[in-house]
Amino acid sequence: MPGHTPAHSSPAAHAHVVPAPVLLAVWAALMALTVITVAATWVDLGRLNLVLALGIATVKAALVLLYFMHMRYDRPFNAIVFIGALAFVALFIFFALMDTAAYRPEMIPDYAPAMKGQ
Amino acid sequence: MTAQHATQPAGAVSVPMENALGGENYLNHGRGLWSWLTTLDHKRIGIMYLVSILAAFLLGGVFALLLRTELLTPQQTIMKPDTYNQMFTLHGAVMIFLFIIPGIPAALGNFVLPLMLGAKDVAFPRLNLASYYLWVTGALFALVSIITGAVDTGWTFYTPYSTTTSTSVISMVFGAFILGFSSIFTGLNFVVTIHKMRPPGMTWFRMPLFLWGLYGTAIIQILATPVLGITLLLIIAERLLGVGIFDPALGGDPVLFQHFFWFYSHPAVYIMILPAMGVISELMATFSRKRIFGYAAIAGSSIAIAVISFLVWGHHMFVSGQSNLAGMIFSFLTFLVAIPSAIKVFNWTATMYKGSVWLATPMLYALSFLFLFGIGGLTGLFLGALATDVHLHDTYFVVAHFHYVMFGGTVMGFLGGLHYWWPKMSGRMYSERWGRIAALLIFVGFNVTFFAQFVMGSQGMPRRYYNYLPEFTPYHVISTVGSYLLGLGFLIVLVYLIHSLVKGQPAPANPWGGATLEWQTSSPPPHDNFSREPVVDDPYDVERWRWDEALGGYRRQEQPASA
Amino acid sequence: MSQTTPHDPHLAHHFPDAGTQFEAGKLGMWIFLATEILLFGGLFCAYAVYRANHPEIFIYAHQFLDKVLGGINTAVLIVSSLTMAWAVRAAQLGHQRALVRLLAATIALGFVFLGIKYVEYEHKWKEGLLPGKRFTHQAAAPPAAAAPADPDPAPVAAAGDSSVIAPAARGPAGLASPSTASQEKAHKVPRNVQIFFGIYFSMTGLHAIHVIAGMITLLWILRRAARGEFGPRYFTPVDLAGLYWHLVDLIWIYLFPLLYLIH
Repeated sequence: MPGHTPAHSSPAAHAHVVPAPVLLAVWAALMALTVITVAATWVDLGRLNLVLALGIATVKAALVLLYFMHMRYDRPFNAIVFIGALAFVALFIFFALMDTAAYRPEMIPDYAPAMKGQ
Repeated sequence: MTAQHATQPAGAVSVPMENALGGENYLNHGRGLWSWLTTLDHKRIGIMYLVSILAAFLLGGVFALLLRTELLTPQQTIMKPDTYNQMFTLHGAVMIFLFIIPGIPAALGNFVLPLMLGAKDVAFPRLNLASYYLWVTGALFALVSIITGAVDTGWTFYTPYSTTTSTSVISMVFGAFILGFSSIFTGLNFVVTIHKMRPPGMTWFRMPLFLWGLYGTAIIQILATPVLGITLLLIIAERLLGVGIFDPALGGDPVLFQHFFWFYSHPAVYIMILPAMGVISELMATFSRKRIFGYAAIAGSSIAIAVISFLVWGHHMFVSGQSNLAGMIFSFLTFLVAIPSAIKVFNWTATMYKGSVWLATPMLYALSFLFLFGIGGLTGLFLGALATDVHLHDTYFVVAHFHYVMFGGTVMGFLGGLHYWWPKMSGRMYSERWGRIAALLIFVGFNVTFFAQFVMGSQGMPRRYYNYLPEFTPYHVISTVGSYLLGLGFLIVLVYLIHSLVKGQPAPANPWGGATLEWQTSSPPPHDNFSREPVVDDPYDVERWRWDEALGGYRRQEQPASA
Repeated sequence: MSQTTPHDPHLAHHFPDAGTQFEAGKLGMWIFLATEILLFGGLFCAYAVYRANHPEIFIYAHQFLDKVLGGINTAVLIVSSLTMAWAVRAAQLGHQRALVRLLAATIALGFVFLGIKYVEYEHKWKEGLLPGKRFTHQAAAPPAAAAPADPDPAPVAAAGDSSVIAPAARGPAGLASPSTASQEKAHKVPRNVQIFFGIYFSMTGLHAIHVIAGMITLLWILRRAARGEFGPRYFTPVDLAGLYWHLVDLIWIYLFPLLYLIH
């Protein structure tokens, strides 16, 4: 691998130099996926539109993480930290959604005073 | 303690340095105020934190005594209702954000953590200093708020009141936001230090339990505090810009604010208690002169508490309009926390069993912790149960429960740790006699203050009320008298600790016989922590350390005790 | 390069070797990124709750956002991520000139992003498409009801680009089922449209603050790089600043479809 030196105590030994073609390929994929995200909104898939958009975003995020952010070559623990953070966000959103979804039927419709005297 | 005299001849000195007050140490390495303010030494930063948080504790304590004095009579005693509302808010905000959260990790942890690892410093010394100055900045904002009209929302800043009240909420909230950063940086520093700077031979399961406690704390600091950050930013945005995410008048959802707030603030109570539990683990082993019982269970339960703490926040919202479904799930999950907590308590009790328990001042606080945390934890179960919570919610029962856990737990752990490491930090011994007297006084005063609150709470006395029905008067009087006893106890502690700095006996390297690495260096430690590489081995082989009359402290035996 | 000298100027005294120092820095940065994820996580939670409970607000209000500008900004950030990743590579390989140029390019792209963001914000400001109580946009009132009470009957047309403002111009693409109900749903003005803009401004505003913070960091790195401080033996600051910049990109990757491309 280019840039890999035998020195075990220098940072170079702990870091991976991502080859230029890989960087360019990842970039091209990200641009293509952005176009696809926009194009996907021209098709009506109902609820699947949201799933598709988030799916594409996640693929893009994974590409950035794995290659631009070196996660693929890095210590696994760093990935655990990051994914752990995502898991806790998911937990937060899950409970909050579950709760509001459950009390929504009990809310008085249009209770909140509207803006500008509407 | 005197039962264990040295069995080795007094020539085989394994610890060459004892008291270093006369020689080079971190206190005289660099002189003048500037050398302190710009220091990167974790020990000095720990001391600066200690002084600062004690000042905050004093301020919060004075607020508490004023509150209790006001509550002596059912009507006005010494202050107006508005002042009272501000006073209980400030008592809560100052105690929580300025004292308890940074208390053990930032003050004691900063001092002890690298020493326990045999390291020269934490991983990021500059970040460590930055975290201290963030604390100072946050404290200044809080102070500005106090001067410019204070806050009367309660420390929870519930919307929509906090976005409409005319008091200076923004300053206080921004202060808390900055204090959150300070807390995050401390946690981040500790995690990296524990991961990357353990010495060869110290595997994860040969690490002192205090470090496990700090590690669990750091996980919560890192994962929960940012959510508080965004919550507080949204309060500021609501007040300044009228964003309306939590404002029902603008289509917002105030219950969502409570979700945001408690997603941080419930785990935050474990930021407060976990480090104290770590301290207690150290004290139990050292002062029972016996290996800690169930090491792996205690270590694992710290991490389990950290993780489960994120699953229970909804139990603060049982009567908020939260759905019944969420209430049931959160109630169930709340009971899970009891399991790792009980694991710890049982293991500490088992550690004392058949040990030679030495009732020195730190151990008195550890025993207080065990007793008071037991009461605090068990009353938590009443509050975690949906039906009883509806009756007890927002009564003095909650106030008493919270104080039994936070004061009876965390503050007792803090005091225990402070007395335990005081000789290491200052190089001097405090008066053991006065230490025990104060510990006893604090224990009695605490129970008088807060047990009365359990009783009146269960009878329906609501919290945060300025006036109350006359039938509650006896309980309030008892509670106030107790709080004065408490105040007296703390005054004694303050006096004899300051006295010890001037007149105290020089402390040996290891006055208590602890087996963790910080006891292998001199008291106080040199600037680089160890003038000789410490010997890394079993952190709970306390029996290997034997009392040495000549040293006036403990000496490490060359052979393991069992041999 | 094959061995660390004891006088390595970049090695702090409390680390045993440069490798440990590098790894500590990396872990510290990843933990910091985790805190950023949780910080934004709060806003994503608010988004999820309101979108789940009031989808009609989001379907209606997102049509006021400019998809084209949002898309361009997405591309700008992706290109800047490429230049950043390449800058790290240049530092690792000791390509000094390339490093300086790539860092400068990354910062320049940050300015482009903020410039476009400014254009978008200004448009919202003029239209009164603001959060909460500052929301004054006239189109929020049902057209029939608004017309008599409105002194200026056509504030919408004044904005020029009618495709941005007039949602009715673009019906759903699924013409196979031209359900008038769904057309009306997008057409009918829901209540509390200001909630969407509260969330939009909170999320993009916090993101923009992070872009600015990233640019300041990169300016500092650029200054050090211009002095020739980085090379194969020491590139930790470039690497860590890069991680931060990529995170900012990462968050935008989610913000773009969630705010601009609601269907």
